[in-house]
Formats: sequence, structure tokens, C-alpha cells
Amino acid sequence: MFSDTYILLYFVAIPLLMLAGVALCRNIRQIRTVAVIGSTALIALSVVVLLRYLNLRSGGDMSPMLFVNSWTWFEPLHINLAIGVDGISIAMLLLSSIILFTGSFASWTIEQPKEFFLWLILLSTGVFGFFISVDMFTMFMFYEVALIPMYLLIGVWGSGRKNYSAMKLTLMLMGGSAFLMLGLIGIYYHSAPAGSPLTWNILEIASYNAIPQNWQYFLFPMTFVGFGVLGAMFPFHTWSPDGHASAPTAVSMLHAGVLMKLGGYGCFRVAIYLMPFAAKELAWIFLILTGISVVYGAFCACVKTDLKYINAYSSVSHCGLVLFAILMLNTTAMTGAIMQMLSHGLMTALFFALIGMIYGRTHTREITQMGGMMQILPYLSVCYVIAGMASLGLPGLSGFVAEMTIFVGSFKAGMADYLAGAGSLRLVFTIIACCSIVITAVYILRVVGKLLLGPVQDEHHRQLTDATWWERTATATLILCVAAIGCFPDFFNNLINTTFSPAIFAVLGM
Amino acid sequence: MDIIIPILILAIPLFMFIFLGLCGMKMSYKLAGTLGTLGMGTVLVLSYLTAFTYFFSGAPEFINAAGERLQYLVFDQTWLAFTEKLVIKLGFLLDPISAMMLVVITTISFMVHLYSMGYMRDHHGVYERGFQRFYAFLSLFTFSMLGLVVAPNIFQMYIFWELVGASSYLLIGFYYTKPSAVSASKKAFIVTRFADLGFLIGILTLSYYTGTFNFTELTSIPVEGMTNVFQVSGNTAEGVRSIFANSAAPVFMGGSVLTWALVLIFMGGMGKSAMMPLHIWLPDAMEGPTPVSALIHAATMVVAGVYLVARLFPLYLMEETSLVIITVVGALTALYAAMVACVQIDIKRVLAFSTISQIAFMMVSLGVARPEFHHGLGYMASMFHLFTHAMFKALLFLGAGALIHAVGSNDYTAMHGLRKHMPITHITFLIGCLAIAGIIPFAGFFSKDEILSSCNEYSWVAYLWMSLVAGMTAFYMFRLYYLIFWWKEHKVHEGHHAPHDQAWTMTLPLVLLAAISCVAGFIPFGNFVTWNGHAYDFMAHFNWSVATVSLVVALVGIGLATVMYRKENELPAKFRRALPTLWTWCYKRFYWDELYIFITHKIIFNCISRPLAWFDRHIIDGTMDAFATLTNKASEAIKPLQSGQIQMYVWYYLIGALAIGAIAVACLI
Repeated sequence: MFSDTYILLYFVAIPLLMLAGVALCRNIRQIRTVAVIGSTALIALSVVVLLRYLNLRSGGDMSPMLFVNSWTWFEPLHINLAIGVDGISIAMLLLSSIILFTGSFASWTIEQPKEFFLWLILLSTGVFGFFISVDMFTMFMFYEVALIPMYLLIGVWGSGRKNYSAMKLTLMLMGGSAFLMLGLIGIYYHSAPAGSPLTWNILEIASYNAIPQNWQYFLFPMTFVGFGVLGAMFPFHTWSPDGHASAPTAVSMLHAGVLMKLGGYGCFRVAIYLMPFAAKELAWIFLILTGISVVYGAFCACVKTDLKYINAYSSVSHCGLVLFAILMLNTTAMTGAIMQMLSHGLMTALFFALIGMIYGRTHTREITQMGGMMQILPYLSVCYVIAGMASLGLPGLSGFVAEMTIFVGSFKAGMADYLAGAGSLRLVFTIIACCSIVITAVYILRVVGKLLLGPVQDEHHRQLTDATWWERTATATLILCVAAIGCFPDFFNNLINTTFSPAIFAVLGM
Repeated sequence: MDIIIPILILAIPLFMFIFLGLCGMKMSYKLAGTLGTLGMGTVLVLSYLTAFTYFFSGAPEFINAAGERLQYLVFDQTWLAFTEKLVIKLGFLLDPISAMMLVVITTISFMVHLYSMGYMRDHHGVYERGFQRFYAFLSLFTFSMLGLVVAPNIFQMYIFWELVGASSYLLIGFYYTKPSAVSASKKAFIVTRFADLGFLIGILTLSYYTGTFNFTELTSIPVEGMTNVFQVSGNTAEGVRSIFANSAAPVFMGGSVLTWALVLIFMGGMGKSAMMPLHIWLPDAMEGPTPVSALIHAATMVVAGVYLVARLFPLYLMEETSLVIITVVGALTALYAAMVACVQIDIKRVLAFSTISQIAFMMVSLGVARPEFHHGLGYMASMFHLFTHAMFKALLFLGAGALIHAVGSNDYTAMHGLRKHMPITHITFLIGCLAIAGIIPFAGFFSKDEILSSCNEYSWVAYLWMSLVAGMTAFYMFRLYYLIFWWKEHKVHEGHHAPHDQAWTMTLPLVLLAAISCVAGFIPFGNFVTWNGHAYDFMAHFNWSVATVSLVVALVGIGLATVMYRKENELPAKFRRALPTLWTWCYKRFYWDELYIFITHKIIFNCISRPLAWFDRHIIDGTMDAFATLTNKASEAIKPLQSGQIQMYVWYYLIGALAIGAIAVACLI
């Protein structure tokens, strides 16, 4: 049953079963049970796949992806259901299942639970499907499956200007998809050398490496921008603050924690992996854009007063760093980028969970209207401080290792360029990106100081009660994961490193 | 060397942090405090044991046949491998300075743990809220600081460097309901973070060129055939210099790249060690509980910058410019802090500025150290002063804490005449003052004298400059002393107790530290800590003329303080009226804080962040919204076409048909 051939399909099968289960549920208790059991099963499955993967790798299997399999879906257009994973996808699957698990706990008392969980799980199906696909067509399909439920989840369960935000988010992401689709179809038509049948399969396209260079100049920006929109790349990031601000807690968690990772993952898997030539030639444009994202997001976060806006801008900054590092095109920086995806996914989910919990109690997210929460909600406040510390890169938590790996890698790329007389753009932007560690400290400590410390601002808040057991489960799980990456980074580093197998680097010419 | 002891030295404080952090709230205050103190006591014993073994066992791994002390790597565990060669390891390096720092940190930390058992409760013996949290944070700090000093590579140092910064943040903000404490902790973190940015870029540069983080590899050459044991010898950092000199771009903006890297790393040190202009956080950090000030902001964390420079000293020697920069920054800071300390009225602020000034002494001492001057006397002097300063400054802070605890205020205008009420505090504080002023035979005399000697060897300007600062040190310390313990005492209000000496947990550390301050000067430091591990008898290099001068200078300072402050009189006011500008600038600390507030609030917040946020909302997002609005408008505009009225459709049909017909006709013709 758990043979290597089919094991990945369970990542889609379990959410589908959960959908059926939730549809049959009659009350919220049953729904919770289904959600928790299902997401626990997904975590277990990710761990099984992870162990199996490491086992195979240590057994000397150095093919670019493992558990590869393919079923024909639509022969005339060469569409297959092709699956396979490498270290990066496994890291992302693990992340997604953890976020889904904690997200279920965070929406413990949601209204209209049945519909909510149906959409949420459908969204997750898309996410899991996306990460296991190696066929661009199915990948794109799952991508769309993950995006659409967002509209309803924000529009129905959201708060504030939810209709506006839901529409804006969906339209902007769909706009990105339009670019993406154009790019993917373009890639398809140039996927194989003359004489061979065309293909959507990423591994095959990469091994052919047949996309003409003039087409790469067109297709690379298409796909990079298409995925970049989801990765909140400047100037296509404005859906993020509004969308997050209006979304309900679990949706914010999944969205910032997992969906934004689809962007970074896609940029790596499709844009850079398939079009290394253009990636090298055009990297500078996107380096500038993502470099701007990093500091721009951080500066904007410094003056916002709505907790979710602050966090959304902080995500712009952190996700900008992901794309920034990918564009450095060296192993260290790319490993750092994936670590940053993991790290940002976990800590931003933690942030949004905590913000949701605080908002659920105080009914405000304005930091000017709150203060001294440490005295009232000690547990949640301590978690918030830990999340903040992770975000500003305290050693021992995940942010530090991710950022340091990125900086070391980017600096290496920058210095190599500089010493070879190839311009100092990379170096300059690396140093600019490094500055974000200071700005991050400013906005994180500003929030911690205003929201948690100091005297109690509003006397009504004194009656609030601290976290319930399900809230504690959600936050404690996330904190443990954040600390695990922070304390034992080499495990994750090796997991991701095995991915940058010679095959990829032959393609990238590194 | 047994590996278990070094591991325990790091593991016990870490365990204490996690244990007290998680379970502290469920146990009684007293139990938490006792556990913390006992844990720290164990670490103290283990550290002493380690240092003793290192210095005195004479084992071949610690000292070679030629009498040179060696660096011994107890363990080194891979933590994160960027590439095969560039690896961050976590390890435990034992060498003269790390062994010395183990002693300093655990001694002071233990004293502070013990002292806090008494300090962190009010006059009725009720423990302060968050007492367990306090001990958890103290343990975290001790763990981080120990990890910092034993780091065998620069990245481990950076890791723990950040951790001490965070624990300092947590402890400064211990009274988190007080807005001033919150903003002070924030300031401390952000200012040091800014400095760490330089440190980070310095590390990145250094490691890019050399391909290693390892201190031993950076400062010497590994001995062939030995994996763990590297020989300390200062003159082999040349390899590093040649790597830089032979690179494609050896010069950057007028300085060599190595100099830039070293100066950037020094910038990190400036932040932690509160060198001008990054000193502004330290005086504010006094918002934390006084034992914390004694531990972190006087004895241990703030000397991390000095320690960092000492660690990389052979590399700094390669670039004369970087040492000159260190000297200049140190000298300016020393004078500045001493001037400010002369007029402050908050007892802890005076001590804070005095700390800044004394750390600057250590920096200058490193900056003027050259191998050719008496085997690098300045290096030894700097470490010696670090050691003695830790003892007497912790003593002064803990004494100040006892006073504050007794009087209930930081302002020493509220103290006066306490010598009769608090005899033990008085005597120990006096010893501390004598030690810092540099009066023979107290500890400060010897270490400061070594520093002045090495300044003298370097340049007469440095010598005169630092002697002047030494005189000012004596002056402001005795000003403080007289104002607190002499003068006419305040009347004790009805219903209040007269101030009195505190519980034994508070007086015992004072007495012990005072005893150390009396005798520490006689430690033959040159036998233990030298820049290249080669022991020498520093008394043979003792310069009696410098010693006499420094003693006279200190006595003049004390004499001046006696004249001006022994009794309440008109002299200070006259002085103030005579030099109003100077006095105001000193009192306002040369307006550095105002400058920083201007830069952060006016420039960064108002000129960068706000416009950017506005730009984001109105321009970037406005553009996106404009697309949506445009689409809406366009569809509004063409909506009437689909009116649903048949008559209109018929008209469209007819017009269309006629148009097509006309075109067809036109084409045919």
C-alpha cells in the first residue's frame, strides 16, 4: 500500500477523503475530528516520505527526483499526471501539512464550519497536488485549485473590507496566472528538440534543455512574474496587505504560510530550472525588484499600526528575500531560499495565528488601542515574542539560519561578480538586503513594545482570558518546528542540498 | 581534558533557562532562585576547575615544551555546512583568554545570582513579580556569554553575540510595565543590531576570502598532522593578509579590503562595548534591575567587543590602520565618557559612563599594543584590565544596588551621609572606588598602569590623553563616593526605617568582590595571558616612573573631588557658572541621544518609512486599483449597448447591415 509508486498520491487522496468526510459530518465536533485526523495523517505521511527519501538518497540514488511516476491523462496534448519529489518538495509538503494541522486548531470555533473546512481542505488539496507535480499542466491545475477557494474564504469568513480584498487578491493572482499560463504554454511548445514529442514534464524539459534562447528571454519573465505575484514581488505585492488583513485566521496562516511559497517554489522549479540561460541574463531585473521588496516591505511595516498589515508587509520583505536568494543562482543561496520558505511559512503562520487569537479577544488589531498584553495574556504574549524573535533572526530559531545561509550565499555570488569585474549589483543588493535585519528588528520590537509591554491601555482588556488548549496546541506546534529548524539546521540543509544534485547544476552551468 | 566538564559548563545554564522558563511559574520563588543559584554555583566550580587545569596542569596539550600556552579545542560539532569547506561549527575552545573569561563570567554571574536573591525583593521580604523569569533570563544570559567566549570560530561568536544581545534585551526590559524600561531595551537591541550589521558584513568578507570561520585558522597556521590542536603563534595571520593582498581587488575605497573587514568587525565590537558613537544604549540600559547592570552592562557582555578584538588580534596586527582606528575611537570614547560621568546625578548613569570609559581604556590598550613593545604589553594589559574591571565594577554596581535598595531611588541627591548607616556597603564601595581610581595596592592600579605604560611606548599623546582620563576617573568616582556617603544626611521621615545594610545574600558578594579587588592586582597576569601564549614576568617591565605619575594623577583627582564634594559647598556651582556651555553639554551627554532621535524619528520614520508607506498605498496600489476602476468604467460605458430593448437591437442590426453592405459595394466598385 505504501509502495514507492503510489505513496505520493496519498497527498491528494487524503485531502479528498477529508473533503468527503467533512461533507458527511453533522456537527462541528465531527468536523474538527476529521480535520485533525486528516492533517495528522498528512504530517505522518510527509514524515514517512521524508525518511524514505533520505533512505533512498543515502542508498546512492542520485536521480533528480524520487518516487517519480506518470499516468497519461490526455494523450494528444501530452498531458500526464506526473508526480515526483525531491528535498525541496518534501520540505514544502512537511510545511503544508504542519500549517494545515495548526490551521485546523486555529479555526476551532469558526462559524459555518462545514463550508469553511470544505473550502480550506480543497485549497490544501491544490497545494499538496502542486508540490508533488512534475508535470507543468497538472501543476498549473492544482495551482488554480489552490487559488480559487481563497476568494470565498475571504469573502465569506473575512473581516473588514472583505469583498474588496477578496476581489483584489483573486484578480491580482489571476492576473499573475495569465502571465504564467502564457509562459507555460510557451515552454510546452519549445519543450523538446525537433523530432521529439513535446512534453509538459519538467524533468524531461530540463534534460532536453531545448528552449531557444530568444524564447527564454520572453518566457522567463512571464513565468517568473506569474509566480512572483504570488510570492509578493514588488510591485505586485499589494494584494497581500489587504488580503491578509481581511482573511480569517486559518486562511491567513495557509496563505502566508503555504500559498506564498507556491510562488517561490514555482519560480525555482519552472522559471530558473527550465530556463537557466535567461535566468542568468535577466536575473538583474528581478534582483532589483526583489531587493527592493526586502527593504521596502520592512520600511512599510515600520509605520503600519494594524497588526495584520505589519505582518503582511513583513511577509513581503521575507518572501522578497526568498526570490532574491533564488536569483543568486548558487547552491548556498538557493538552499537558504528554501530554508527561508520553511522558516517564513512557520513563523508567519504563528504570527497570524496569534494575531487572530488576540483579535478574537480584543476585537481590534490596532496596536495603538492595545498595550500591556503581557500582563493579561501571558501565554499568547510570550509566543508573540518568540515569533518576533524568530522573525528578526535570533539564533536558535529558524529565521537566523535561513537568513544567514542566504547572506553567505548571496555575498559569495556578489563578491564573485565583483572580483571578476562583472559589476557590483549583486554585492550592493546583498548589502542592502542585509540591512533588513536592522529594520526588521525595528518593526518587530516596536510591535512587541506597544502591544505586549508597557502599561495596560484599555481597562476592559483586563477581563480577557489566556489561550485555550487548542490555541496552545496550534502555537506550541509551530514554535517547536521553528525551534527545530533553528537548532538543527544541518538536517534541513542536507535535505535541501541533496536536491541541488549535479543534474540541476549541469543545467544551470554552475 | 575530559569533555564532559566543558559540555556541562554550557549545558547547565541552558537547562536552567529552559527549566525555569517552562516550569518556573509553577514553583515557589525561593525554590526557583535557589535552583538557579545552585546551578550557577556548579558552573562556577566546573569553570574554575577547567581554568585551573588549563593554566596549572602543565599538560602537553595546554602548554608546549617552550612554555607557550596552546589553544585546545575540546570539541567541535558541525552545526550548519554551507559548503564542504565553509562550515559553522559549535565548539569549545580553551586558550588563555577564554579560560580567563570563564572565570570572570562565572564569578560575576554567581555573585549576581546570589545577590539577586536579596535584591529582587522588597523591604518586607516579598519577592518581586517575575522572579523566576529573572533567573531564567540570567541563566540564558550566562549560557550565551559562555558560548561566546569559548567560540572556536567567528560565526559561533556571532550566534552567541546575538543571543547575549537578546538576553540583554529581555533583562533590560525586565520591568516591562515601565515604558522607560521598554524603550531602553528596544534601543539597546536596535543600536547593537545596527552594529552587528557591520559585524556580519565583516564576517562575510573575511570568510569569503579565507574560506573559513575558524579563529585558529584566521590567526595562525594549523600544525600539520594534528586535527584538534592548533598552535598559538601570532605571526602567522600573514597568510590571511596575503590572500587579501593577492585577490583581484585588494583595495576598496582607499583602504585595503582586509582593513575594511576588520573595521566592520570592530564596528560590531563598538556596538556591544558601547564605543562612541554607538554608546547611547548603555546609559539607558540602566533601566534594568541593578544586578543585571552589574553582570551584563559592566562586567561581561560589554567587554565582548574587547574580547572580539583580542581574539582576532593577530589579524588586526596585520593592518596598522585598523589598530589606529581602534585607538582613536577608544581614546575619544574614554575622554567623552569621563567628561559626562563628572556631572551626572543618577548613580547608575555615572557608573555606566565610567564603564564606557574603562572599556575604552581596554580598547586603547589593544590599539596601542605592538609585539615589539614588551611582548605586546598592551594586549596583556587590556585583558588584565578587563579582569580587574569586571571585579571592581561589579562590586560598585552591586554596592549601588544595595544603596538603591536601601534608599529607593537612583538619584544620589536622595542619598547623602550613608556611611554610618551602611558600613559594609560603605567600605566595599570605597574599595571599589580606590580600585577604579588606580590607587596602589588595589587591582585597578596595576592594570591601569600597564595600559598607561603601553600607551607611553606608543606615543606621548596617547599617554597624556589616557593619564588625563585616569585622573578624571578618580575625580568622578570620588565625587560619587562623597555625595553618597558624606554630606549631611537627609532626615528620616516618620514611619520609614533608616537605611541599613542589606541581607547576607547581598553583602556577601560585596565583601567577596571587594576582597578580589584588593588582591587581584598581584596576579602575575603575564604568566597567564599574553598575545602569543608566551609567558613573561611583567613586573620586569614595570615602569615605575609611569606608575608614579599615574598614582599622582589619581591622587590629584581624588584631592580635587575631596575639595569640591566632601562637604556641601559653593565650588561645584561656581564651576558650573564658570563654564556653563561645557557643563550643559556634559550633562546632556553631548546631545547624542537627541541626534539619534532626530535620525531615527525625523529621517527614517518621517522621511523614509512614511513616504514609502504612502507611496505603496497611493501609487502602487492606486495603479492596481486604477486598472480595476478603468475596467469598471469601460464596462459601464459599453453597458447601454446591451439594453435589452428589441427596437435598439433592430437599429443596430440595420446600421450594421447597411454598413457591411456599403463596404461590400465599395469593395466591388
